[in-house]
Amino acid sequence: MPLPLLRQLAQRLVLGLVLLVGVSILIFAGTQILPGDVAQAILGQSATPEALANLRREMGLGDPAVTRYLNWLTGALAGDFGKSLSNGQDIASALGKRLSNTMFLAGCAAAVSIPLAIALGLVAVRHRNGFIDRAISGCGLASTSLPEFFVGYVLMYFFAVKLQWVTSVSVVFDGMSLADRLQAVALPVAVLTTAVLAHMMRMTRAAILNVMESAYIETAELKGLSPLQVIYRHALPNALAPIINVVMLNLAFLVVGVVVVEVIFVYPGMGQYMVDHVSHRDVPVVQACGLIFASVYIGMNMVADLAGVLANPRLRHPK
Amino acid sequence: MLDWRRIPLSALVGLACTAGIVLLAVFAPWIAPYGHGEVIGDVWAPMSTTAWLGTDNLGRDLLSRMIYGARVTLTIAGAATTLSFTMGSTLGLVAAVTGGRLDRFLSGTVDLIMAIPTLIMALVVLSVLPATVTVLVVVMGILNSTRIFRLSRAVAVDINAMDFVEAARLRGEKTAWIVFSEILPNALTPLISELGLRFIFAVLFLSALSFLGLGVQPPDADWGAMVKENKDGIVFGVPAALVPAAAIGVLTISVNLVADWILNRTSSLKGDRGNS
Repeated sequence: MPLPLLRQLAQRLVLGLVLLVGVSILIFAGTQILPGDVAQAILGQSATPEALANLRREMGLGDPAVTRYLNWLTGALAGDFGKSLSNGQDIASALGKRLSNTMFLAGCAAAVSIPLAIALGLVAVRHRNGFIDRAISGCGLASTSLPEFFVGYVLMYFFAVKLQWVTSVSVVFDGMSLADRLQAVALPVAVLTTAVLAHMMRMTRAAILNVMESAYIETAELKGLSPLQVIYRHALPNALAPIINVVMLNLAFLVVGVVVVEVIFVYPGMGQYMVDHVSHRDVPVVQACGLIFASVYIGMNMVADLAGVLANPRLRHPK
Repeated sequence: MLDWRRIPLSALVGLACTAGIVLLAVFAPWIAPYGHGEVIGDVWAPMSTTAWLGTDNLGRDLLSRMIYGARVTLTIAGAATTLSFTMGSTLGLVAAVTGGRLDRFLSGTVDLIMAIPTLIMALVVLSVLPATVTVLVVVMGILNSTRIFRLSRAVAVDINAMDFVEAARLRGEKTAWIVFSEILPNALTPLISELGLRFIFAVLFLSALSFLGLGVQPPDADWGAMVKENKDGIVFGVPAALVPAAAIGVLTISVNLVADWILNRTSSLKGDRGNS
């Protein structure tokens, strides 16, 4: 690999790490913005002074904020997120299984939505401004405007309750066969797919159309190549960078968008874990989940950036 | 001037639906057949002549609660959008005009906030803050203002380089004058087209928070909270939760249709000005 390219990749990596540190500060600070302190917020106004003092000692609230932040961050880097306040469980071990469940769900959704989005985008370009194109973009408008729980409950109402094809809640447990597991996540995957499909498809269509207007495409058409060959051999390679970008951004959205979907289908993933503990004011758990979600999000965005640089030689030489 | 016959059908439908929902919200006490907390019959009763949409999880009239819920949803989403617009555009314009350290600080902070998914940041903050309407409006307003900051800063940086701003600066005008009298009027068009999209985002954001039980608290309910109240009925074949969920969809789609039309109109206006 040429040296300037390596240097540019390294630069982006460092930038991503700096961003991660900043985000960890923001997440930590976000739980410290009360005029009183966290212990008071957790226990409420009616807490006895003894209970408050106990909780303050447990959370180490006597130390200055910077010390607590550094302790928390070094712990988190070593995989130790402390103990949950509401049930005393070790957070890291509770998170492990839930994180893999969430990744499984998001991965399935990605495996369905990415090929589908690119195929539909190509179809829309092929039949530009025709009926199919319009129908696809109309559905796109609906799917970006509708809340996830509408799609989720409609699907649940018809497929799980009326037709009884699948169970209404997505139960997964250890030792479940892959086929059962796939069936359990069928509805959540469908909801996530509708949530990201439209955006990915529209960007694919826009990226390819953008390329289709260039002169070399006209040349390819004029020399008598079939439309399919023009798209496949000439347009797609040049549209690849923006498409990869959109795909990665949507994957990042998927990992976060699972929060609502997990709650709808009572799926034992990270999102549900986080929401449950927000209402219990279990700050250490919320901080841990927030940090992991944000890291995944930033990581995906960084990969999108790097992939963009690798796929498009023109981006390698910034002015 | 505006000719009604030249408005596309989709925008008309969007306008009509939006106006209908706003009217329902404004005149809720006169339109709703029952009070918003009034128990009128069995739990999850089907649609009937006394309760047009049936009853909810506590036997309250679903239609009446929908009408009152429209009020809550529109008020909070509207207030959050207003806050984010005032804050985002003022800071964005000031950052563009002053430049230097303030600009770097504000832009850096916004980049940082935008690096965290909005919902996740809201969950983190709401784990320590009390769930009141004010807190909701402020949290949603701040998180929603980042995009407006970026947009208004980008627009203002362009305008800031123009001759009439330079002239004002040479006249010795203060920063406040330059921001509000020279730049703001020229930056208004792109900002207004963004307004609809931000409002939709606020509606969906509020609904998601309430659905997760972290937004509007009982006995009050916006549409998202109503989905949460009735979601357990789905398993028993009671579609009550689908009604508020669909209403959110109708609201966001209609606002989207109107916003699309305004966007097309303003961009074609700009094109005309450039040609002539």
